[in-house]
This record gives sequence, structure tokens and C-alpha cells, in this order.
Amino acid sequence: MMHFQKRHSVLPGFGLTLGFSLFYLCLVVLIPLAALALKAASYGWGAWWNATTAPRVLASYRLTFGASLAAALVNAVFGLVVAWVLVRYRFPGRRIVDALVDLPFALPTAVAGIALTSLYAETGWLGRPLATLGLKVAFTPIGVGVALVFIGLPFVVRTLQPVLEALDPEVEEAAASLGASRLEAVRRVVLPAIAPAWLTGVALAFARALGEYGSVVFISGNMPMKTEIAPLVIMTKLEQYDYAGATAIAVTLLVASFLLLGAINLLQAWSARRGAVE
Amino acid sequence: MARPTTEPVAVRLLLIAAALAFLALFLVMPLAIVFQQALEKGLSAYVAAIREPDALSALRLTLLTAAIAVPANLLFGLAASWAIARFDFPGRSFLLTLIDLPFAISPVISGVVFILLFGRQGWLGPWLDAHDVKVVFAVPGIVLATVFVTFPFVARELIPVMQAQGRDEEEAAVVLGASGWQIFWRVTLPNVKWGLLYGVILCNARAMGEFGAVSVVSGHIRGLTNTLPLHVEILYNEYQFQAAFAVASLLALLAIVTLVAKSVVEWREGAIGREAVEGPEPPPASFERVESGA
Repeated sequence: MMHFQKRHSVLPGFGLTLGFSLFYLCLVVLIPLAALALKAASYGWGAWWNATTAPRVLASYRLTFGASLAAALVNAVFGLVVAWVLVRYRFPGRRIVDALVDLPFALPTAVAGIALTSLYAETGWLGRPLATLGLKVAFTPIGVGVALVFIGLPFVVRTLQPVLEALDPEVEEAAASLGASRLEAVRRVVLPAIAPAWLTGVALAFARALGEYGSVVFISGNMPMKTEIAPLVIMTKLEQYDYAGATAIAVTLLVASFLLLGAINLLQAWSARRGAVE
Repeated sequence: MARPTTEPVAVRLLLIAAALAFLALFLVMPLAIVFQQALEKGLSAYVAAIREPDALSALRLTLLTAAIAVPANLLFGLAASWAIARFDFPGRSFLLTLIDLPFAISPVISGVVFILLFGRQGWLGPWLDAHDVKVVFAVPGIVLATVFVTFPFVARELIPVMQAQGRDEEEAAVVLGASGWQIFWRVTLPNVKWGLLYGVILCNARAMGEFGAVSVVSGHIRGLTNTLPLHVEILYNEYQFQAAFAVASLLALLAIVTLVAKSVVEWREGAIGREAVEGPEPPPASFERVESGA
């Protein structure tokens, strides 16, 4: 291996930097994750099955997956509109708006959580008008969805932006000169070209929403069977010293996010191939 | 027959309006309400909430945590990006996937991992108990969980920047007789400083704002194991809304500073990239297209 490396680079420091990186990676990430896997294995299948199929846990999975999917779909639509507007149009304040899109990455989730709760509570800026329309948002599954829309938005916008920017204008010009209307050109030329990136962004937003905790716990109201998300059930089980139950739910969620991550990697490979062809 | 290559003005205005309304609803209003609620009872109540001893100790713990987590992950980011972007070795892309792992893990689960390692029922729990070392529900656990969740940030920003830079300049420095450290300080660091700074900014924002993972391992002891986000939660759950938002406004300010710093860094990076490729300051690429369609 050393021989292999020498052939390719005259630079020093390979052994030192790779050695330190691997050591630190093991210490901080791999050993703790192995501890989780071993603990889960030590509890066995029976404990996992009992913990994951309890009605309260199943209800929390339904809410977590359902609200995450709904939020990802909302972001699919509005994320595309925001990315399109930021890349294609020039308007005053565009750079500020562009910077603002990263707010959900930068704002601590607990702060987002209490801010959204105050906005949508029945006395809040948005909660009061919505309540007169008969729509309750805070402390309902809709509130969970609102928090997850907030958290997921930058994933869709930031994945789409570079692809939209890289899109060759000549392709659209060709479509137009061949007689395609603008709508046809967008639908048959632009959308297929950005589809892989779009899907990737939506999948990333969905994956992030599955594990989200801080922004959701305040607005959800945390009623068991109704508005309790899966990460919160883990928290509750830990507080009751039910480590086996907490581990079982954690492993289930973890496997779901790893599967999703694998799918996203395949999507990105597809996206990259597409980019290379066009 | 000339067909348009951009949308009619009405459609454009409608799309811009839709995007801005959506962002106002989901981004601007939550940010605005933090400051509105924080200042609701006037400036003196605001200052009092921040100068309260528990809030100050939470601030100190948050700063301490970031002061350990950020340099540790910075060191790792530099080492990992040097190894990955400057050398070819088998398993490189697998290593990249492993570095990304903490991003894929729910914050709550990141906390659970450390409970299972260091908690009373955890693998090392009995040994730690016997030696009277507290990790979970104490400051070391908070630091460990924060290091874990912020692990990929610097490496993730730095690796693509260093790959794009290429190794030619460093190799030239070797040929001219520079030592490893000289290459790093005089060639590599000046080239990647903006990407590095960006990674550090993001890492710091997450380190100071982390809630889920820290919440699991903290034990919520006021004045001892509360970070700023945890202190916000406690105040909010005690219905001290104004105080909760006052403390939260510090974190919101941190977020705004992060966004501004990020924009500046991106602008600097963009300026350097443009100069390198096309000479100084070309007009924006899409300018012409937007104009011609009007």
C-alpha cells in the first residue's frame, strides 16, 4: 500500500494524517456506533419486536414517517419554486433571500421550535387567524409537518440550485426555436434534466425530517398515540430507564435512515451520470 | 418563429411572489417573533433574563463545549482532507462515507449511543462507577455528544475545496525543497482558507446550537449541565416565555452572524474562482438571458 502511494504522490504526511484520521474516526464515531449495535444485539430479536410493535411506538412511526413525507412533498413544490426564482430571476434583495434560505441550517432547532410554536399557538400571529378559519396547527400533526417543512427546505433548494445554474441555456433555446411553447420547454426539457437532483433534495429533506427532534417537540404537544414522534418516544423510554426499548426504536430509525442514505447515494450517482451525458 | 426562452412577466412576478411569501411565512416570521417576544417586556427585562446566573452559566458551558468540539474537529478535518485529497489509496470513497455517518443519524440517537457506552447500564458504566468518573449527565458527555454531531462539518467543506485545488502547487513546493510544514502553512492553507473558515463557521453554529443529542446526555442540572439551547427549553416549559426568547435571541443572533459570514465567504470564494478562470469580475452569467426575454 505504501508502495502504491509513493508512486502517485511526492507529498509528505500520508501516514500521519491518515493514521490520525482513522484513529479519531474510530474513537468518536465507529466505537460509539459499535456500542449501539452490540447493545441492540445483546437485547435480542424478542426485545426488539416487543418494543417496536407496541401500539404507542407504531403510532409514533406513522406520525414520523407521514409528517416527514408530507413536509418533503411541500418542500418539493416550494423548494423548486424558490430555487427557480433565485437562479433565473433578478429582483431587489435576491442575495439576502438567497442567504436566508440557509436559516434552518444555522438556527438552533430548539429556537426554531419555540418560535414556530408561538407563531402557530391559538394566540399567535398566525395561529389566531387560522383558528378563526377552524384550523388548529400547534399541538396537532399539522404542527409537526410545519416544523419539518422549516427543517427540510434548504435541502431541496440547495440541491437544485447548482443543477439549475449549470443547465445549458442552449437546450431551452433549441426547444424554443423548434417551436416548443415555454411550458412545453420547461416540462419536457428542464424538468427531466433536474429530476435526479430534485428527487435527491426531497429525499434528503425526508431523511432529515425522520430524525428531527428539537424543532418538533415544542409544537407537537407530545400526546402519546396522537402527536408523539419516534425520537421523542426514545427520549421517554430513556427517562424511564427502559434502555432496551430505546435501543430497539433507535435501531429501527437508524436502519431506515441508512437505507435512505443508500438510495440517495444511488440517486446522486444517477444525477452525476446524467450531468456527464448532457 | 421566435418562441420565448423565459416566462411571461406575469408568470415571473407570480413565481417570485409565491417564493417570497413562502419564505416570509416559514423563515422570516419565526426569526422575527424570537426578537419580538424577547423584547416584549422592554430592554431591561431582556437584559435581566440574559444576566441571570443560570443563563450565564449555560452560556459559559456552551462556549466551553464549542471551544473543545470545534478545534478537535478542525484538526480532524485538516488531517482527513490532506490524506483524502492529496493521496490515492484504496478505500478512499468508503472513508468519505464513514465521515458522513453522523449526518445521517438522528440527534437523539447520537445521544443514546453515548448513554449505551457510558451510562449506568452501558458497556463502560460499571467501570466508570467504580472509579467515580461521571461522563453521562455531566460535562464530558455533553462535549462528546457535541463532537459526534459536529464531526463531519470541517472535513466535508475542506475535502472538495482541496480536491478542486489540485496538488500541483504543493508538488512544486516539494521540488523547490520546502518541508511538510512549510508547504502546509505557505501553500495549502492560503489556498483553502475560505473553505476552511466556512467549515469552522458551520461547525461552530451546530456545536453551540445542538439540542437533541445534548438533551439526552445532559441530565438537565440547572447551572451545571445546561447549555443555552437546554436553558431555553427549561424556561419555555416553565412558561417564562419572555426569558426563554431572550436567551433564544442570543442563539438567533449567532445564526444571523453565521449566515452573514457564510455569504461573505462564498462571495470571496466566488471572486477568487472567477478571477482564476475568466479574469476579474465578469457580469452575471444569466443577466443577458433574463433581459432578452423581457
